[in-house]
Amino acid sequence: MLYDIRAEITYSYAVPAHSTRQVLRLVPADLDGRQRLISWSLESAPHPQERDHGFDFFGNRTVLLRQNDPHSKLHLVMRARVERFSEPLGLDISPPFDGLMREIASYRSIAPQSPHHFLGASPRLALEAPITAYARALLRPTDTVLSYLKRLTAAVHADMSFDATATSVETPPLEAFEKRHGVCQDFSQITIAALRGLGIPAGYVSGYLRTLPPPGEKKLDGVDAMHAWVMAWCGLDMGWIAVDPTNNMVAGSDHVVVGVGRDYDDVSPVRGVSRFAGSHTTKQIVDVRQVRDHAPA
Amino acid sequence: MSGAEKDTTTSPEARPDLSQAEAAAARLADLLTGYQPLAGVTDEMMDASGKPRALWRDFLSGFAAMTEAEREERYQRGDQYLRDAGVFFRQYGEEGGAIRDWPLSHVPVLISQSDWDDIEQGLCQRADLLEAIMADLYGAGRLASDGILPASLIAQSPEWLRPMVGYKPQSGNFLHFVAFELGRGPNGKWWVLGDRTQAPSGAGFALENRFAATRVFSEQFNRGNVHRLAEFFSAFRNTLQGLTTAEAPRVGILSPGALNDTYFEHAYIARYLGFHLLEGGDLTVENGQAMIRTVAGLKPVSVLWRRMDAGFVDPLELDGRSAIGSPGLLGALRAGNLTMINAPGAGVLETRALLAFMPRMCEALRGESLTLPNIATWWCGQKTERDFVRANAEKMMIGPSMATSLLYESDQSTFLGEKVRSGALDAVDHLLETEGAHLVGQEAVKLSTTPAVVDGKLVPRPMTLRVYMVRTAQGWKAMPGGYARIGSATDARAIGLQKGGRVADVWVVGDTPVDTKVSLAPKDEDYIRRLPGALPSRAADHLFWLGRYVERAEGAMRLMRAYHGRAQDAAEGPLLQALAEYLKGYGITDPQAGISPQLTATLGLALTNASHLRDRFSTDGWDALHDLDVLARDLTGTPAGDQTAQALGRLLRGLSGFAGLVQENMYRFTGWRFLTIGRAMERASGLAQAMAQFAGHEAGEDALDMLVEVGDSVMTHRRRYQTMTNRASVIDLLALDGLNPRSIQFQLDRVLEQVSKLYPPDAGEMNDAHRAALALQAGLAVRKVADMSSQTFAEIAQDVSDLSDTLAQLYLR
Repeated sequence: MLYDIRAEITYSYAVPAHSTRQVLRLVPADLDGRQRLISWSLESAPHPQERDHGFDFFGNRTVLLRQNDPHSKLHLVMRARVERFSEPLGLDISPPFDGLMREIASYRSIAPQSPHHFLGASPRLALEAPITAYARALLRPTDTVLSYLKRLTAAVHADMSFDATATSVETPPLEAFEKRHGVCQDFSQITIAALRGLGIPAGYVSGYLRTLPPPGEKKLDGVDAMHAWVMAWCGLDMGWIAVDPTNNMVAGSDHVVVGVGRDYDDVSPVRGVSRFAGSHTTKQIVDVRQVRDHAPA
Repeated sequence: MSGAEKDTTTSPEARPDLSQAEAAAARLADLLTGYQPLAGVTDEMMDASGKPRALWRDFLSGFAAMTEAEREERYQRGDQYLRDAGVFFRQYGEEGGAIRDWPLSHVPVLISQSDWDDIEQGLCQRADLLEAIMADLYGAGRLASDGILPASLIAQSPEWLRPMVGYKPQSGNFLHFVAFELGRGPNGKWWVLGDRTQAPSGAGFALENRFAATRVFSEQFNRGNVHRLAEFFSAFRNTLQGLTTAEAPRVGILSPGALNDTYFEHAYIARYLGFHLLEGGDLTVENGQAMIRTVAGLKPVSVLWRRMDAGFVDPLELDGRSAIGSPGLLGALRAGNLTMINAPGAGVLETRALLAFMPRMCEALRGESLTLPNIATWWCGQKTERDFVRANAEKMMIGPSMATSLLYESDQSTFLGEKVRSGALDAVDHLLETEGAHLVGQEAVKLSTTPAVVDGKLVPRPMTLRVYMVRTAQGWKAMPGGYARIGSATDARAIGLQKGGRVADVWVVGDTPVDTKVSLAPKDEDYIRRLPGALPSRAADHLFWLGRYVERAEGAMRLMRAYHGRAQDAAEGPLLQALAEYLKGYGITDPQAGISPQLTATLGLALTNASHLRDRFSTDGWDALHDLDVLARDLTGTPAGDQTAQALGRLLRGLSGFAGLVQENMYRFTGWRFLTIGRAMERASGLAQAMAQFAGHEAGEDALDMLVEVGDSVMTHRRRYQTMTNRASVIDLLALDGLNPRSIQFQLDRVLEQVSKLYPPDAGEMNDAHRAALALQAGLAVRKVADMSSQTFAEIAQDVSDLSDTLAQLYLR
């Protein structure tokens, strides 16, 4: 699938901010054999005094901006053309639980793809006994890691209600779990906490999701949002498998990856610091459009 | 010659004959009666047969020769020195984090040259090993991939900072300043109890321990071949200066600020070494270069000795909630324009579980075995180790594997297997089975004891040694002594400062006389008079606002005094009603309440600003302000009317005491200018607003009288005008008379004079602040009494407020 993606973020400050700095993780990833980044741009108004590019520990692309002069509005526009390939899941060759534990123990690496990073608590994600108990109750003796992953994804989807007003970006997973309400971030963090509670390495994926308009209606501009889903390590042979608990599916060609990490903290789309006194508001617009004819970019 | 005989010179009945020696021996025996080392524990001072060790004899006989009163008097002298120097630490856990006197245990710990040589040699190896481990963990990651270190221990450590992976330090080294905690076991051998690599604190306190201890035991110190500390600090300063770049020759100490438990030490050591004391807000990063925000613009800095945990250093890439770091610092490190002591991420080396793997890592990375062992540690994530800990739980301390706190100062999470074992045997088993990977067992070493004075008697107390090391061009160099921690009871776990433990000086006693010549102070002939470096904007901001709040507090007090001086007869009158309304501008909604939190809030703000400036203030200045705050609290609730008016008089005299100290003592440079500008602007603005309110064309005599009183110009008015107050005389005296320090004109003259001397960003051309100050001063200077209306006064107040913003824009952000 070929997509044109546009993400716009606008900050409005009540009192002009200055010395603003941002690390942006908004640009789709280039993933060998899975996703191809064809072109991209990222513009900022006012024009930044300083701009830098890099890749973080997990390989996510970062753009750094610095705006020195006082400004009451900051407008960021990211545009990208991406080709996303479908990844058929194939046969379940993931190990049973005790096998997984042995494979983890013998995995000698602290490189970014190592499952060791994705176990235990992380900055925004504590292991919570109620979530672990929930995860354990779903477990069957015959489970492989993958069969369990699919059941958990379906269960979270069934037990949680999507509700854009119930939680905020700061809501801890346990609170969302107890409310049984939330958005993609909550669905994902609860799934991750459940997996890690049982010792399955799990990570947070941020990106863009192509949404389809209701049948017979035309797709509106800017109605999409940034999305989040989950990756779990299903043993040495299968490696990392991505699932989307918000939509109860294995993440596929509708899911355009931007970044991966232990939790939201590692992949937050805009991480910024500025010197100002007062409040600010944020507005976000995301548009994911499929390019019908595979014309060269 | 034995120590006892040598010491007769200090004896009261000094006569060097045999009976004197006998008397000295008797005194010593008396002193040591009741000193009972614990069974199975090494004592630093007493050997197994109950005799004092040779190393201690001279010290002890000197000690024994003093009367108890004399000793008391000497302890006082040491404590007084510490108080005068302002040495304190902040104790957490109590309301507001109480400030405590430094808990000096007066008797130093004596260490022999041969012990010291072993320690220093062992620690040099260990420091090199730590550097090699650090380079691997943030580089190739071989320790994990070769299976020497479990990958999970690193990947799940909160101190292993992913943004630092791949970082290549500019100097080639991650570590430049480390510390070690050591203890001596029952077999007399030294053990490393923990490695301090994150941001070791206490080196400044070691210096203070030394200064205080040498005041208590000056004779023993001077003849005792005790290694001096100055050489270490000189080496440390050279190391930090050697790491600076030609473009950015500055070294800064990055402190979390005044609320930190060791802020005193940061301020002290900054002064001692001549480095800038900085907080995160003082720094910014532009194009990969760290800069200090100063009133003279941005000044590059290339070395930061950080005194905060690395997670706080850069909110952009590390802990986003940190308000004490500076965004972009990690970028400056990667760009190679900054060296941080130590590199962020070094905290991972403090992880307790790593102690279990040190011997293997030493073999793997250096091809040799550890010369100085560390405390035996077993990581319970492995089955064999877990089983061993379970089987030997009664001899173990069991605690969190990821902890970075030292074994003997940790919280409830570490427990002694022995204690649990008796009651809850199964609990330990269960915990080990379910939480194994998160636990380590460590041999509960019985620490050696050393003498401490408790209720006038010497008693044995457990002791740990802290040794600081700095990397020099010739390799690692250790600070010879200076810092030991002494337990408050025989239980070794009560050794932490936060638990009533104390600190002692450590004397490394050489076999031969030591070199005492090294000093950090420049020699007379090297004397250079230097102007203070560029003032950090944050400090200037605090000084400016200190000036404003002190003056605003004074204004509020004068108005309140006027109110209460009249309250009995005229509370319902229009003037006092207008005054009550006017006081709302000072945050006082209920003037009848008198000396209330509403009134003293402004004083509190002044104090807050002052507390950020302790490295720039005399102790007297700080005390004056602090006393005033205490007095205001004591006077809270004074009955309304005359008594409140009198109490306010006391507070106003206290305020002028502070103003006087500043005026008399503060060095007349940029910092003083900002303080002065703040005060003058606030006074000009306060007067202008009061005149706008009470000196209109319709103003009555009572209002004019009040203005003269609030302007503290009653006597002057009487002498100058020989008439009753009238509108013209009041405006002339309080607004236009440039000779009256209580006039607007006088204050605007001061503002202009000081603003004109601030650094002009563009040489030769007046900047906006200077231009505005000149316009304001000249604008009033050409006015006549007849020109002045409530409107013109309101305009002046507004212009002063605009000037404040301009100054902030130019200098204070």
